[in-house]
Amino acid sequence: MKIGVPKETHPGERRVAATPDTAGRLREKLGFEVHVQSGAGASANYPDAAYEAAGCIIHPTAREVFEAADILLKVRPPNAEELEWLTPDKLLIGFLAPAQHPELLDALAQRGVTALAMEAVPRISRAQKMDALSSMANIAGYRAVIEAAYLFDRFFTGQVTAAGKVPPAKVLVIGAGVAGLSAIGAARGLGAIVRAFDVRPEVADQVKSMGAEFLMLEFDADEAGGTEGGYAKPASPEFIAKEMDLFARQAKEVDIIITTALIPGRPAPRLITREMVETMRPGSIVVDLAAEQGGNCEVTQADQVTEHNGVHIVGFTDLPSRLASTSSQLYGTNLYHVLEELGGASQFKLDLDDEVLRSMAVVHEGQVHWPPPPIAVSAKPKPASDAPPVRPAVARRKQSKVGSWVAVFLAVAGLVAVGLTRDPSLLTDVTVFVLACVVGWQVIWNVTPALHTPLMSVTNAISGIIIIGGLVQVGSEKWIASILGALAIFFASINIAGGFLVTQRMLRMFRK
Amino acid sequence: MNLLSQIESAAAASSLARGAMEFDKSLATVAYVAAAVLFIFSLGGLSHQESARRGNLFGMIGMAIAVLATVFGYMHGGYWLTVAAIVPAAVIGAVLAARVPMTGMPELVAMLHSFVGLAAVLVGFSSYIDDATHAMAGQRLVHLLEVYLGVFIGAVTFTGSIVAFLKLRGSISGKPLLLPARHVLNAIMLLVCVGLGIWFCSAESVASGIMPLGVMTIIASLVGIHIVVAIGGADMPVVVSMLNSYSGWAAAAAGFMLKNHLLIVTGALVGSSGAILSYIMCAAMNRSFISVILGGFGTSGGNSSRQVDGTIKEFTIDETVDLLLEAKSIVIVPGYGMAVAQAQHALADVVKLLREKGKEVRFAIHPVAGRLPGHMNVLLAEANVPYDIVLEMDEINDDLPNTDVVLVIGANDIVNPAAEEDPDSPIAGMPVIQVWKAKTVIVMKRGMATGYAGVDNPLFYKDNTRMLFGDAKASVDGILARLRERLGS
Repeated sequence: MKIGVPKETHPGERRVAATPDTAGRLREKLGFEVHVQSGAGASANYPDAAYEAAGCIIHPTAREVFEAADILLKVRPPNAEELEWLTPDKLLIGFLAPAQHPELLDALAQRGVTALAMEAVPRISRAQKMDALSSMANIAGYRAVIEAAYLFDRFFTGQVTAAGKVPPAKVLVIGAGVAGLSAIGAARGLGAIVRAFDVRPEVADQVKSMGAEFLMLEFDADEAGGTEGGYAKPASPEFIAKEMDLFARQAKEVDIIITTALIPGRPAPRLITREMVETMRPGSIVVDLAAEQGGNCEVTQADQVTEHNGVHIVGFTDLPSRLASTSSQLYGTNLYHVLEELGGASQFKLDLDDEVLRSMAVVHEGQVHWPPPPIAVSAKPKPASDAPPVRPAVARRKQSKVGSWVAVFLAVAGLVAVGLTRDPSLLTDVTVFVLACVVGWQVIWNVTPALHTPLMSVTNAISGIIIIGGLVQVGSEKWIASILGALAIFFASINIAGGFLVTQRMLRMFRK
Repeated sequence: MNLLSQIESAAAASSLARGAMEFDKSLATVAYVAAAVLFIFSLGGLSHQESARRGNLFGMIGMAIAVLATVFGYMHGGYWLTVAAIVPAAVIGAVLAARVPMTGMPELVAMLHSFVGLAAVLVGFSSYIDDATHAMAGQRLVHLLEVYLGVFIGAVTFTGSIVAFLKLRGSISGKPLLLPARHVLNAIMLLVCVGLGIWFCSAESVASGIMPLGVMTIIASLVGIHIVVAIGGADMPVVVSMLNSYSGWAAAAAGFMLKNHLLIVTGALVGSSGAILSYIMCAAMNRSFISVILGGFGTSGGNSSRQVDGTIKEFTIDETVDLLLEAKSIVIVPGYGMAVAQAQHALADVVKLLREKGKEVRFAIHPVAGRLPGHMNVLLAEANVPYDIVLEMDEINDDLPNTDVVLVIGANDIVNPAAEEDPDSPIAGMPVIQVWKAKTVIVMKRGMATGYAGVDNPLFYKDNTRMLFGDAKASVDGILARLRERLGS
């Protein structure tokens, strides 16, 4: 099977769908032949020579790559020209924005091709290694902080210098998904004071673990925006009002706001209004990671840095592309795992019974399969990370009630039977016996499990007390009884000597 | 003259003067109380390692008091025979205790159980043959029942322990031997014993009663054998504790027949000790005591367990050492495989080196690891591992998510996530050490064979699991050598 990696045509796109490293692994580990367009990796600093060294075949034009390959790896959706080159037997894998561009899906279906959308990787733990949205979000979060730091005219970290004190920057991160957490980490790394907000209260621990303060809204938990498939969903109007109130207060305090709030398949929620921006100190920065979906900030303009009342608003939509080398490597690795999931070159099969592949296959042999059937994910503790789905707890065996009642009944019946014998010496014996059992029960529970073996050997020695029986019998006038008694003494003595001595030997070995 | 003849003459004198004899018996009774209290303290001392040795000493003193009190208070003749029996036995016992390797503890314990059972049978017969003891008893029927029961328990303990001993030694296969209709067979044998019991109790003379008693002893011996052969190797902790319990009840039964309260008390102590140990072992496997005793577990082998698929990631010794050197906190989970391979000494050296490098190294012990309750602790103690880094399952499970590396050595079922995740698994609900929650798990294993329960282990296929194949001893030796090299010592 042949894989084709064309150069990306979207203006400003610097990423590439395979790096020399991932292409090499596709070839060696999965057995694919990799065809790369000349210059495909140039803007991500992967020269053709590196691809050649990894065993790839270089073609001068995109057309030749499309013709040669069975599987095409892309970052951005194909343009009109590329669509023409896609013939029915080809498989396309890349970001296709199925929710935003249904017309693209129709066009692909008309061409009769099969297309896997990287956006449609379900958020289940098994599919994490293929989750390119998370990889890209991680990079975007980092880059957002770097863009803000570049425009910000102060230190992030507070310093006390001979020339006076510099206060640290205050950063507010809205949305603690993968991008938000990454931004928190980057901003903390630069020394800023970071606060974060998310509609999902369960992410508070993650926010705190990254070193940020989690801003809480006092609100009924059910009303808050819960999760669906690991992403946030729209919240109630009352909740939004309280939320906006919080943002308005924070806007006056902080220097930098990074918004990462996205609801899949919908326009981005409007969280930072024009008025809020106007109350921010001049020189403050807003980085809007949702710019492509309309922006979380009212004054955001996509792909641009604008200034509003002295506040810079960053609306770049190509943040991952601005870190082209790393994002290509991570994206390429995600694609590698997709191809591994498909069986590699030798056992290649698009198995639609597999929930991950079924979800990704937005177009299959000329049929549009979008949206995919929902996969229920219970990602409550860690929506964005490696929380395994919570499985039903396996029940521990329960002692049956009936059994214990039967035991009590038998015990009572036994005692009554003993009483009915009217044998005073037996009654005394039973009294002693029962009390000793109770004492034994109490004492033994206190024994530490580490000493269970010495416990066994010392009880071995102690049960050698049967020697007393032998001692009493050995003096019998009947010689047989006497001999039997002596034998009992013999065996019991082995127990006593052996049991105590081996216990002593063992206990001597236990040391701190 | 020597001491013994003095004792003999003293005893003879006491049997002449009835008043003096009563006096001796009173003193003996008081001594028995002291001995019983000392035994209780002895077991109580085992609640902690620091007080354990003192506890053992209390046990010895208690035993000495008990024997002396019996000699002076209750014995009437046979002194030379007693000496002839005790001296060689004590020598044999001492030699056994000094020679047994710690891996051989289960065998020794099983053998000692069989001796108690045998002694109980002998005492039972002896007391039945000796008419004199009948006079001591209250009602004849009660006494006969006590004798009968004591011999029965003793015989079951005796043969059961011998089979357990042979199984632990490997002389006979550890696999459960399942006769067809074995439950019916057991029931029939028990019914026959009851019938013989009725015959025995109605026998007019000792001569006519000895016949049913003897036949019952043989049948009880068969019951003991049959019960234990049907139980598989990894259920041995339960079997050994159960036999421990039986040996106690046998001693208690002897106490009933001889009207001796010290025997009753001590037997009850030992009996409840064994019962508790059995209970703990069963709880650790999430199985009922009855199902263990009925035997045959694991023979159907993972019938309903889910097929696990996935890839296994293999690791080399070098990679293991790298990971250990990077880790801050390490937990080691040993199983019976470690004991079989005798890897504990090399492992202790590895732990020592890692601890010297400032790493937090701890051991996690599952209650049923090994073939005897607490067996792993003894093996590690023998290898000079300090006991304060050896933790129980419940103590360590909460710490595992914060652990960098877990080393699983020769353990399988006790770290199987299927117990928690797969309700259809044969081991579902068994508490396990949750090693898969750690960052990385290295499983040292000879091959991909399933554990005792015959259940496939999904742990091996987890993303954070690495397999280090090979004999446990060879692997640990390899790690130790590489570690020494890397640390330049």
